[in-house]
Amino acid sequence: MVLLAIGTRKGLWLARSADGRASWTLSGPHHPMTAVYSVAIDTRRGSPRLLAGLHSEHFGPSVMTSDDLGGSWQEPDHAPVAFPEDTGTSLGQVWQIAPGPRSQPEVVYAGVEPSALFRSADGGRTYELVRALWDHPHRADWTPGFGGQAIHSVLPHPENPDEVTVAMSTGGVYKTTDGGRSWAASNSGISAYFMPDPDPEFGQCVHKIAQHPDRPERFFAQNHHGVYRSDDGARTWQSIAEGLPSDFGFPMVVHPHRPEVIYTFPLTADALRFPPDGKCRVYRSEDGGGSWTALTAGLPEDGFWTAVLRDAMCVDDADPAGVYFGSRTGEVYGSADEGDSWSLIAQHLPDVLCVRAASV
Amino acid sequence: MHVTVLLPGVLRSAADGTPKFELEMTAPATLGDVLDVIAGRYPLLERRLRDEQRRLRRYVNFFVDGEECRRLAGADTVLAEGAEIQIIPSVAGG
Repeated sequence: MVLLAIGTRKGLWLARSADGRASWTLSGPHHPMTAVYSVAIDTRRGSPRLLAGLHSEHFGPSVMTSDDLGGSWQEPDHAPVAFPEDTGTSLGQVWQIAPGPRSQPEVVYAGVEPSALFRSADGGRTYELVRALWDHPHRADWTPGFGGQAIHSVLPHPENPDEVTVAMSTGGVYKTTDGGRSWAASNSGISAYFMPDPDPEFGQCVHKIAQHPDRPERFFAQNHHGVYRSDDGARTWQSIAEGLPSDFGFPMVVHPHRPEVIYTFPLTADALRFPPDGKCRVYRSEDGGGSWTALTAGLPEDGFWTAVLRDAMCVDDADPAGVYFGSRTGEVYGSADEGDSWSLIAQHLPDVLCVRAASV
Repeated sequence: MHVTVLLPGVLRSAADGTPKFELEMTAPATLGDVLDVIAGRYPLLERRLRDEQRRLRRYVNFFVDGEECRRLAGADTVLAEGAEIQIIPSVAGG
């Protein structure tokens, strides 16, 4: 069975397919009236664990887990993610939940607002602040983008537990290679056109980064204008925007089995956040960003005046790979053939903030 | 001194399902003191009411003997003997 978790502004929906992703049954809302900014399906143990980063306007943020695919949910009495008292800071929300390497099945990372990284050593139930990144001298100069000041991308190295790469808006990409004791900005080549110096050490508005476990030295980035690839572990970045209708957008997703294959969903521009010409098109590159193809079969031809947010696109781990995205107008599309054709999985949901899928 | 705390339905599951509970406090006591006691007895409830820096959550109202605490002294509001604290989510959201 393939499980697709759909986090929205007002709750979580779970879609299940037991027929090769030909049809889906939908349950929800789970956690109604909470914004689900992050969700993860952790398949590193015998029983998959769902983790959801929730935010209630009334009662604040939390992280809940489920070990029975959403049948029941648990959260600790004490806040699972909380800033220490000496920081004087309160958690806004959890933007990203990222299971650690397979060799550490109890390690889970949480990227949060305001920009900080937390680490769990108990499977994602409770977390501790990663101090060295919080104490980074650059932090005073990180500034919030429109969506807030958050670490929205967390990429633990698939094998090396000492290496983790994160990205934030704004601030850019930071990386540790010593288990979180020190962090360095890693933005060389990524433009910050909105700053007086368009090539600063940090301050970039990176919207999403992605990494393939089979080629962990390679990264892809969808920037606030700019699409990039790094072949040297995020040290330097080169543009791969040629061939896209626009270099603006939010998601960036890597195929689960083919490290050269990536997906994104371009929007016209910062000042015009619609798909070009109102056409619903996913763009796929099969050569690491050297060329791009518009994927359209089964997607709305026109009149698609909505957007796909940074975490609202994902792949599953099946073969052939499934690809999924949700819109701010509550539609969720899926492809069971790596993007060649698409069908509607859900509609009329609240705005979709995140999606994640896995075989369970 | 004796204090009564009244909970809305949506928060009762965080306090063993009870709609209200009584506390014995040492006088003088403030609303914040009561929330500190709640943190020990019902930590899940307390973090729905305050963030980790003990700031009252913006969209939760605390009526102290009928007056919303922000019209008084907020968490520093001093409670009278027999005070009743009614917790009500504010009108918010879309």
